[in-house]
Amino acid sequence: MKEDELHTLTETQKKARRSRSIAIGLGLAALVVIFYIATIIKFNPAILDRAM
Amino acid sequence: MALAEENAMDDGGFRMSEATAGDFFALLKPRVMSLVVFTAFVGLMAAPLSINPFIAVVAILAIALGAGASGALNMWYDADIDAVMSRTASRPVPAGRVRPGEALVFGLILSALSVMTLGVIVNWLSAALLAFTIFFYAVIYTIWLKRSTPQNIVIGGAAGAFPPVIGWAAATGTVSLESVILFLIIFLWTPPHFWALALFKSDDYGRAGVPMMPNVAGEESTRKQIFAYALLLAPVGMLPWLLGYTTAVYGLVATALGIGFIWYSWKVLLMPDGDRLMKPAKALFGFSLLYLFVIFAAYLADSIIEHALAVPGVLQ
Repeated sequence: MKEDELHTLTETQKKARRSRSIAIGLGLAALVVIFYIATIIKFNPAILDRAM
Repeated sequence: MALAEENAMDDGGFRMSEATAGDFFALLKPRVMSLVVFTAFVGLMAAPLSINPFIAVVAILAIALGAGASGALNMWYDADIDAVMSRTASRPVPAGRVRPGEALVFGLILSALSVMTLGVIVNWLSAALLAFTIFFYAVIYTIWLKRSTPQNIVIGGAAGAFPPVIGWAAATGTVSLESVILFLIIFLWTPPHFWALALFKSDDYGRAGVPMMPNVAGEESTRKQIFAYALLLAPVGMLPWLLGYTTAVYGLVATALGIGFIWYSWKVLLMPDGDRLMKPAKALFGFSLLYLFVIFAAYLADSIIEHALAVPGVLQ
């Protein structure tokens, strides 16, 4: 990759990208938690009572 | 250096997005979303069947996300007219903070996510209703009706009226007359609410080429139609009480609100043609917001008390 093909992000672009990344991360984490809890509720909380 | 930065190249060379998470959140039309959340919540809570509280929260979240998705699709398609209206010019797409393609993809992904979440976790009837609502708002209203007929807000208003039906369907798995009446209240409330706004923002809509009623049929005709809708809305607001679904307390509140709505609409009807201040129209617009909030809050309170009284040992 040639150096003149590269583009350096401005501070504003870096800040915006970071804000988007955090929002996507939080959104995905929330989805995981929602589907985990919903699965337990849907099936039955008793699925957690298993002998180790 | 990330390859993604190279992929961001467009016609004008490199252009990495400067849109923040806040800009994408603004695409969801948070103020409209809050009304959707509230009315869906009332539909869900007023339903005769109880639902697991966590599933109820997921249902409301999914409905809110679906409403937000349709808002993003609306902003993608309407960016050209948003840019020339003072009320909407600072929205993320016309202001250039979010590219139209980004808004489109964002709206489509959220639409799919909200419908699938509601279907998998809650039930498929409510998911189907949510999918239809998003389609109705984005395609039937935004793409088709908004730019082609002054009845745009009348027919398109159905999209905003669906949330309580979806909430009710999420709790019961059915659509019943009670939820249809809640639909009708919002459906009949929408035209006078938006036409009051269009009266004092008619220059904006005219500049954008949106055929709102005052620009097409004139102010006098709009004022008459606002009053006609107020006459229809007031008794429909009282229907839940008249049909025995609520107590007289709700009936009293709905009656007072209905009379108030007719009174404010009457003042709009009497507004002289050359009135540029449009105080009666602004007052009706403000009152219409109060009307919808209070009538749904009264319905919710009435339902909660009625449910509590039905449980032995509670409030007895």
